[in-house]
Amino acid sequence: MDNQTVLAALRAQLGKEILAVSEFRGDLSVTLTPAGYLAAAQLLRDDPELAYTFLENLCGVDYLGRKPRFEVVAHLTSMRHRHRVCLKVGCDEPNPAVPSLTPLFPTANYQERETFDLLGITFTGHPSLTRILLPDDWIGHPLRKDHPLGDEEIAFSFNQDRIYARKPFARE
Amino acid sequence: MAEPITVPTPQQIIEPALAGRTETMVLNMGPHHPSTHGVLRLVLELDGEVVVNVAPDVGYLHTGIEKTMESKTYQKAVVLTDRMDYLAPLSNNLCYALAVEKLLDVEIPERAQIARVLLTELQRLSSHLVWLGTHALDLAAMSVFLYAFREREQILDIFELVSGARMMTSYFRIGGLAYDLPADFIPTVEQFLAIMPSRIDEYEDLLTANPLWLERTVGVGVIDAQSAIALGLTGANLRATGVAYDVRKAMPYSGYETYSFEIPIGKNGDIYDRYRVRIAEMRQSVKIVQQATERLRELGPGPVVTPNRKVAPPPKREITESMESLIHHFKLWTEGFKPPRGDAYVSIESPRGILGCYVVSDGSPKPWRVHFRAPSFINLQSLAHMAKGRLVADLVALIASLDPVLGEVDR
Amino acid sequence: MGIEEKAGNLGIVTTTLETVVNWGRTNAMWPLLFGLACCAIEMMGAQASNYDLSRFGMELNRASPRQADLMIVAGRVSRKMAPVVRRLYDQMPEPKWVIAMGDCAACGGIFNNYAIVQGVDEVVPVDVYVAGCPPRPEALIDGIMMLHQKVMREKINGKKEAPIRIEHPLMQVK
Repeated sequence: MDNQTVLAALRAQLGKEILAVSEFRGDLSVTLTPAGYLAAAQLLRDDPELAYTFLENLCGVDYLGRKPRFEVVAHLTSMRHRHRVCLKVGCDEPNPAVPSLTPLFPTANYQERETFDLLGITFTGHPSLTRILLPDDWIGHPLRKDHPLGDEEIAFSFNQDRIYARKPFARE
Repeated sequence: MAEPITVPTPQQIIEPALAGRTETMVLNMGPHHPSTHGVLRLVLELDGEVVVNVAPDVGYLHTGIEKTMESKTYQKAVVLTDRMDYLAPLSNNLCYALAVEKLLDVEIPERAQIARVLLTELQRLSSHLVWLGTHALDLAAMSVFLYAFREREQILDIFELVSGARMMTSYFRIGGLAYDLPADFIPTVEQFLAIMPSRIDEYEDLLTANPLWLERTVGVGVIDAQSAIALGLTGANLRATGVAYDVRKAMPYSGYETYSFEIPIGKNGDIYDRYRVRIAEMRQSVKIVQQATERLRELGPGPVVTPNRKVAPPPKREITESMESLIHHFKLWTEGFKPPRGDAYVSIESPRGILGCYVVSDGSPKPWRVHFRAPSFINLQSLAHMAKGRLVADLVALIASLDPVLGEVDR
Repeated sequence: MGIEEKAGNLGIVTTTLETVVNWGRTNAMWPLLFGLACCAIEMMGAQASNYDLSRFGMELNRASPRQADLMIVAGRVSRKMAPVVRRLYDQMPEPKWVIAMGDCAACGGIFNNYAIVQGVDEVVPVDVYVAGCPPRPEALIDGIMMLHQKVMREKINGKKEAPIRIEHPLMQVK
C-alpha cells in the first residue's frame, strides 16, 4: 500500500470533500471538510482493500491567527498493509466542532475527551463528552495558545524572602 | 454482532445511583489505593461482589507536559519527555527525538542507532521487571517483587554508568546521543546478559505453573482481537489476543529491521497470556541486546551525534580552534535550531504499547504543538470491557496486567 | 536487644520520658503506602532487596492513612490531586510527619505550569525535603534518618522544629 493508492481511493469517493493534500517526509495527510472527514474514516475502515481498522492517534492543534483556528488530526493505521494515513479537519471559533469518530472507533472516546478538555473542541455525536484530565470545575482550556502557561516566580536566594512571605504555606 | 463497545464515564455511574434509580452499589476505588499503580481512581458499580460497570477517572497526575514543551526549545523539551512514562524514560526520549529528526530530516550515525536500540531494549527489560514485581505483589506473591527489583537495579546501574542518572537519563538527544558510551559499557552489559536468561527462568519457576497464580489469571479479563483493535489496545495486551502487531516489525525505526527477533503472541487474550507474552518479550529483548552488543564491539569507536552542525553542537575541542564551531555552539544553545514548517508523526513500540509523538513546527525554535499518543491512556479504555461480570478481586489483577503508568496516562 | 546490652546486668535504666517516647516513635515509624509519580518507583526501589529500608524499621507500609505515621509525598502533586493529599494527611493520626520526596514535591521541580502545585508545602506541612529528580534511594534513606534524628529532638510540649532540606552535596552553596 502506498500513498497514491489511498489517495486515489479517497479521491474517487470523496473528491469534492478534499480540501488539501500534502506529503511531508513520505507521510500522506489529507485535509477534508467535516462531512468528508467522517466519510473518509468510514471508507478507510470499511473498504476491505484498504482496511485502516486501527485509529492510532487523534489530537487537536490550535493554529492561533489562522483560519480556521483549530485543526483535529487523526492518524489511521492499516495493520495489514503497514501503512498510515493522516486525516485533518478544521474548525473555527466561536464554537469549534467536528464530527466524532467514536461511533466508528471506540478508541477515539478518550482521545476526543482529552482534546475537548485541553483545547475546547466539541465532537458532535460523542456519547459522553466531559472533561477527563482536569477537574470538572476548571475554567479554560490550557492547550489553547491564548491560555497562559501559569508559571510562578522561582525562588532563588536573592528573592526567596519576598516569595516565601507570600507563599500560602499549609498548616497542621 | 456482540453488543456495542462502550467506555463509561464516572458521571454515568454516579448520577443514576445518586438519584436512587439503581439497585446496585457504587464504590469508589482510589485515587489512593495500593493496587491502582499510582493515582488512578475507579468508580465501580457493584452487584454484590460482581462488577457491573467500571469507569476509570484519570487526571490526578496531569502535569501539563504538552503545554510546557511549547515554551521550551526543541533540545530543552527532551527532559520533559523522561517524566511521562517514568518506567521507560528512554523510550519516550527516543520517540520524541525520532519525531523531531523526521521534521529536520537528519541522519543518525550507526553507533548512535545501535546504542539507542540496545538501551531501549534494556529499558523494556527494566520496565517489564517492575510490571512483573508489582503484578505479583498485587496477587500476594511478595518474593517475585524482591527478585525482580534485584535485576532492575543492575539495569539501572548500566544507565547510571552511561548517563549519570538512574532513571531520568535524557540520554537520547535530537541528532544522536548526549555523549559517547563509556569504555567499560560493553563488559558491564555482557555481565548482565550472562545472568539475565537464568533469572527469567527463575521468575517463571515461581509463577508460570504456580496453581495460585493460574487460578487468578487464566481466563480472567478476556478480550478478543477485534474488540482490542477497536479499543486501541496495543503492546503486549494486544499481542496476547493473537494479533502479531509490533511497530518494531511493522514500521521499523532505528534499524530494528536488521535485528533478528520474534514477536511472541498469545491466544486467549486473558491475564495469563499477557503474562506469558511479556515474559517471552523479555527473552527477545535479551536477544536483541546481545546482537546490539556484538555490533557495537565490531563497529568500534565513532561519532554518536549527527555531523549536521545546525542540529547538534560540535565537539568541545573544536570550539577552541574553529570560529564557526563557536558560532554554531552559541547559536544552538541561545536560540536553538529551526525545523522547517510542517508536522510529523512517529510511533515506536514502548514497553506499554504504541507510543506516538506528533510534532508541529511553525519554523521557530520552539515546537508549536507536541502531542503524545500515550499507550497507557488508551489501553485504560478497555478496562470496563474486560472487567464486566468479574469479581472485584479480579479487577486488581486486571489493572496490573494492563500495566498502566499514570504519569503517561495523564501527562 | 540494644537496651539489654546498654543496661548490662543492672536491670534498671534511667532516662527521660521524652527520650523513651521519641525512641519508640522513630523505630517503628510506619509510612503511608502512597506513591504519586516517578519518585514512587525509587521509593519502591528503596524498599526492595538492594536498599532494604526495613533495616531502619520502615518496611511496614500501611495502605490506610489511619494506621500511618509518615507520609512520603513521592512525586508531583497536581491541582486535582492536592485536595486528596490534604484529606489523606488529615486522616492520619497524630503525631505525623511528612517527607517531600523529590524536586516536584519540594518546589514544583521542572514543571512550573498551570497543572502542578509548586511545592507540596502549600498543601501539607513538610518536615524534611529531599532534593533530586528523582532522589536516589540512598537520598531517601538519608532523609528518613534525618527525620528520625529530628523526632529524637522533639520536645514533649509538642513544639515542632523548622523543616530540614537535604540537597545533593554538589548543589549546596557555601
